[in-house]
Amino acid sequence: MSGREQILGAIRRSLGRGPLDPSQQADLDSRLDSRPRGIVPARVDRPQPELVDLFETMAREAAAVVRRVPDFASVPDAVQGFLAEHNLPAELVASPALAELPWAGRPTLSVRFDAARDADLVSVTPAFAGIAETGTLMLPSGAGTPSTLNFLPDTHIVVLPSARIVGPYEDAWDRLRARDRVGEGGLLPRTVNLVTGPSRSGDIEQIIQLGAHGPRRLLILVVEQGDWPGS
Amino acid sequence: MQATSRSFVANARQAMADPTLMKAMGNIKAGFQDKRRATVAKLPEFEALRDRGRAIKDHTLAHLDYYLERYAAAVEASGGHVHWARTAQEAREIILALCREAGARTVTKGKSMVAEEIALNHHLETNGIQPVETDLGEYIIQLRNEPPSHIIAPAVHLTKEQVADTFRANHTHLAADRPLVEPRAMMDEARQELRARFLAADVGITGANFLVAETGSSIIVTNEGNGDLTQLLPRTHIVLASIEKVVPTFEDASAILRLLARSATGQEYSAYTTISTGPRRPGDKDGPEAYHVVLLDNGRSAMLGTEFQDMLRCIRCSACMNHCPVYHSVGGHAYGWVYPGPMGAVLTPTLIGIEEAGHLPNASTFCGRCESVCPMKIPLPKMMRHWRERQFDRGLTPATVRSGLGVWAFFAQRPGLYRLAARVGAAVLGRLGRSRGRFTSLPLAGGWTRTRDMPAPAGRTFQDLWRERRGQ
Repeated sequence: MSGREQILGAIRRSLGRGPLDPSQQADLDSRLDSRPRGIVPARVDRPQPELVDLFETMAREAAAVVRRVPDFASVPDAVQGFLAEHNLPAELVASPALAELPWAGRPTLSVRFDAARDADLVSVTPAFAGIAETGTLMLPSGAGTPSTLNFLPDTHIVVLPSARIVGPYEDAWDRLRARDRVGEGGLLPRTVNLVTGPSRSGDIEQIIQLGAHGPRRLLILVVEQGDWPGS
Repeated sequence: MQATSRSFVANARQAMADPTLMKAMGNIKAGFQDKRRATVAKLPEFEALRDRGRAIKDHTLAHLDYYLERYAAAVEASGGHVHWARTAQEAREIILALCREAGARTVTKGKSMVAEEIALNHHLETNGIQPVETDLGEYIIQLRNEPPSHIIAPAVHLTKEQVADTFRANHTHLAADRPLVEPRAMMDEARQELRARFLAADVGITGANFLVAETGSSIIVTNEGNGDLTQLLPRTHIVLASIEKVVPTFEDASAILRLLARSATGQEYSAYTTISTGPRRPGDKDGPEAYHVVLLDNGRSAMLGTEFQDMLRCIRCSACMNHCPVYHSVGGHAYGWVYPGPMGAVLTPTLIGIEEAGHLPNASTFCGRCESVCPMKIPLPKMMRHWRERQFDRGLTPATVRSGLGVWAFFAQRPGLYRLAARVGAAVLGRLGRSRGRFTSLPLAGGWTRTRDMPAPAGRTFQDLWRERRGQ
């Protein structure tokens, strides 16, 4: 008998029953399909424009920097401004999904569209969603959005359309499931990074330090007009 | 890991005589308790979420066979592989075989208590594969060749001076006179040392905070981003998880995640919650080419249906130990095995036997703080009492305790005699202690009076005083 059968058998013996009968299985199947929501904190119970404010507050509390820009066309300017303020090189690695932004209007910025390498200092990536509840970004992997960009560079800049800001985690999961037809034969992306502020550690005397293994700085550019294509 | 839980009493005594350890343990209050309290206060739904979390886990455990099968089928459907390990040894062998298959020389590891439980590092090293711990705390204790003393802050027992000494002794290729005073400098040094290891590793091994049956996904929660790089950069990602980590859906995982970081570090949410589903997809520019999950039982299935089933709800947040006066006094190493504090006092006897770990469920005053902060409402004191009962039934309780309990039981079953004896005792001790109000030594109470005074009784028993009061 395989390890699998032995473990499942041991579980059933301890629970004092055999395999579930078809009607019990059907009940559990329907729980999995209906995905009941539990308690969603009342703090997200507000109209969408106010969720954008809540997102900003919570992300700042998690030590992210949040700035608003009017539209996608303003992103390269905002990036360049931030890099100059922090004395960072104007060399970026960006998600291939961001190749359509008007980078050419800022010729001093040198942008490569690819996965990140160890030497990269600054990355720019798109967010699929922002979760206002805790100021959390949802960053799914994909051909246009390599996930090394979220971790290897010291400075991570994320572009988040304000229309993409939802209240609770559950709403972001529903959006991602809908995009990838999860539950109808589609798969989730290989990885989904939920990112709340920059990397940190308190492992030495419980004193929090930013920039442990991931980015030391996280800048979120909230884009007030427009949304990603295909939405 | 060789358990030293049998020597808990000696371990504890030694720990309390160590001023450096006591200094380090002093950081826990501000580092964990105060932050937890502040963050929990900001979420009015916290109590209701505890009930919700408990209900989700209870539901899953009652149908664990179903959810594991659904989970495993979903992993396979996403291109991953599931391996079932009944014991620690089977898990070690499976992982070693997977590492060999990948031609691995070095593996990076995200922090995993289950990997500690199965003593994975030792097994890999003996077989010529170098495991590199990447969590800052785990990295420090790996350099020191020590086990973790806390389940989420493995180096909580060390001061920054000790960390600096450890780095100087191990990073000998760096300038010996470099300044290494502030935690910042030490973290930067570790970041640099480990970055090269991340990039060179052939296999990345992580644990899992949750396994999601709906999609066959594994979830890890980190603050450093180390577990995330561990599973992102190497060609092969191996997830090692015990069977009780499964939850049905992302809605269920989200409910429990609302409790986890707040209970653990007092954060609203940890910096990184990373969900992995299978290997790299066509077109992906990064991510592992192979994704394996090793599902470990190692005694969990036998806990179902017993008085210890509730322990399987544990999400390893560490709130119980962060609030435990005994843990604060002795530190994690005194417990002598992988899991310290109240959760360890319940779990360790199930994993290595009550004969070996009998002291641990006795190292509690039953003050109840652990249960009151446990996000999954696990009745830890009650389960420690169950272990004490089992010990007693199997004759493992020391003879002095047994005879003491026997004497107490004799009187307790004879109320008249109990009252008489209590009256005589209270009167005698009251008179003897009247001048000083306390005793610095007492026959048969050396265990108490060695470290503190025993207050002298008022001269009359509680029952007598109560009767008189009620009579008025």
